[in-house]
Amino acid sequence: MQEHWEHYEHGADIGVRGIGATMAGAFEQAALALTAVITDPSGVAGNEAVDIACEAPDPELLLGEWLNALVYEMAVRRMLFGRYQVEIDGTRLRARAFGEPTSVERHCPAVEVKGATYTSLRVAPTADGGWLAQTVVDV
Amino acid sequence: MDLNQLIRRGPCEWEAPMTGDMRVPAIVFGTETLIAEMDDKVLEQSSNVAKLPGIVRASYAMPDAHWGYGFPIGGVAAFDPERGGVVSAGGVGFDVSCGVRCMHTGLRAEDILAVQETLADALFARIPAGVGSTGAIRLDSAQMDAMLAGGAKWAVENGWGVPADLERIEERGCMPGARPEMVSALARKRQRDEMGTLGSGNHYLEVQRVAEIYDEAIAAAFGLRVGDAVVTIHCGSRGLGHQIGTEFLRRMATAAKEYGIVLPDRELACAPIRSELGEIYLGAMRSAINCALANREILTHLTREVFADILPAARLPLLYDVSHNTCKVETHLVDGEPRSLFVHRKGATRALGPGHPDLPEALRQAGQPVLIGGSMGTGSYILAGTERSESLAFSSACHGAGRAMSRQQAARRWRGRQVVDELAARGILIRSPSSRGIAEEAPGAYKDVVEVIDATDAAGLARKVAKVEPLICIKG
Repeated sequence: MQEHWEHYEHGADIGVRGIGATMAGAFEQAALALTAVITDPSGVAGNEAVDIACEAPDPELLLGEWLNALVYEMAVRRMLFGRYQVEIDGTRLRARAFGEPTSVERHCPAVEVKGATYTSLRVAPTADGGWLAQTVVDV
Repeated sequence: MDLNQLIRRGPCEWEAPMTGDMRVPAIVFGTETLIAEMDDKVLEQSSNVAKLPGIVRASYAMPDAHWGYGFPIGGVAAFDPERGGVVSAGGVGFDVSCGVRCMHTGLRAEDILAVQETLADALFARIPAGVGSTGAIRLDSAQMDAMLAGGAKWAVENGWGVPADLERIEERGCMPGARPEMVSALARKRQRDEMGTLGSGNHYLEVQRVAEIYDEAIAAAFGLRVGDAVVTIHCGSRGLGHQIGTEFLRRMATAAKEYGIVLPDRELACAPIRSELGEIYLGAMRSAINCALANREILTHLTREVFADILPAARLPLLYDVSHNTCKVETHLVDGEPRSLFVHRKGATRALGPGHPDLPEALRQAGQPVLIGGSMGTGSYILAGTERSESLAFSSACHGAGRAMSRQQAARRWRGRQVVDELAARGILIRSPSSRGIAEEAPGAYKDVVEVIDATDAAGLARKVAKVEPLICIKG
């Protein structure tokens, strides 16, 4: 199993999916898929770190909290993130997002994300022993 | 969608009968072609909405309906607070009061064409558009409260816009019942740099030419002639609305159980209208409606400033301003009795018929202007509310074209430069900070809006009045 992210189709909006060796790894990959809705994550320098903490009663709602925390930080800091470190302890998540201020010229951001929905929201183990974390984001 | 599971009630009206826990039927509007192409999820979501407590008459889907979250986009549902009715954050959506306004210019298309490049560049320089763009207006806490309570009325009082605009906006530009104290610190912070910004995605400002008139009498009442130039703005409540949508979707998703509401889908997140959470949401959501109205009013002011510089003869009175993602208290006739209902429109336009007392005097005989955005290339439509729309779907109509393909598919198929060049060859100037954004919004990525408009007209939801085509498009 190789950690990766992908997008999947949902009408006017976009599904973000992360596959990881652990639940935390899947959350990191899902966050990269979120960045990729806006710009190519590999083009974002990781000079600045932003710490994020959130919690929710179950892993699926926690994924929603995590992605919405990132949407919020991107919006108020006018930043993009290209790398993530996530730790999950039961119902709590602590993370560090690495990024830089949004540059229209360099990042050519396609669209802003308004929020993470609960549509097709899923956090679950995969058949090959990894984890999947996915939901649709509203753009 | 399989037509065999539906009962045909009219040329463009289809009913899914009640099954299981549905409290009312689901009704979908559209031609056979539109219904056949419609995602099965629309019917599933409409049927789920029909299971919510206090729903009245039916759960409706407009001809442009597509798979949304919880409610379908293009969904309309009304709830009675006296019968356990609910208010749903999922039924309003993230971009609260996203909407469209259209302004006259007093100019002809040829006046625009004479300065087309200059005007496009000046509008693009003046209107903050795209990801990360910021407005010039910073509000302190007291000013933010005043904006959230006052909407476009607040904007006019502070020098953005003119008093005559207000009667051409739903609720006369100020949504009553807003409670700014219910708007979180996070939502306020997210709005800090975003007053007077267009946003991104499918949001735009267009200078358009009236290309065709279908109903001369109503067009005359609206002040539209073939060849006239108009300006249309499509945008919403920016970060503040998105944050309110996010916060209450979560709160209602987890609280529904406490209120004894079984959610067929988490995204139908709702609370009883007569509950603490329901009232808090209504106070915050109405504040977000005012934020959207203020935002569009500020953008109107900026547009007028640009026109004053380049085309000083222009005057830009407002034709009308409609909102798409809302929950509003309205009086509707149900079984012959007037009842006060909480009408959710998610990706649907209010469409008041002729004679409605909420319409300004000048528009009352014609019916409410219903402004429908198409894609950058295919043009947009102006319709008018009908008398029948009240009994058909609580005076509601469609809101746009809807996507034919995903953003990823569009970005793979087109390059932004290519789309700009192709449209320029057809006389349409595009200005946008993002070439990938343009590719994702390419005209071919959208359904043909004509079929949606014709179905809306044929169903009687709204009457087709005019088609407008873009000359300049500022894209977020």
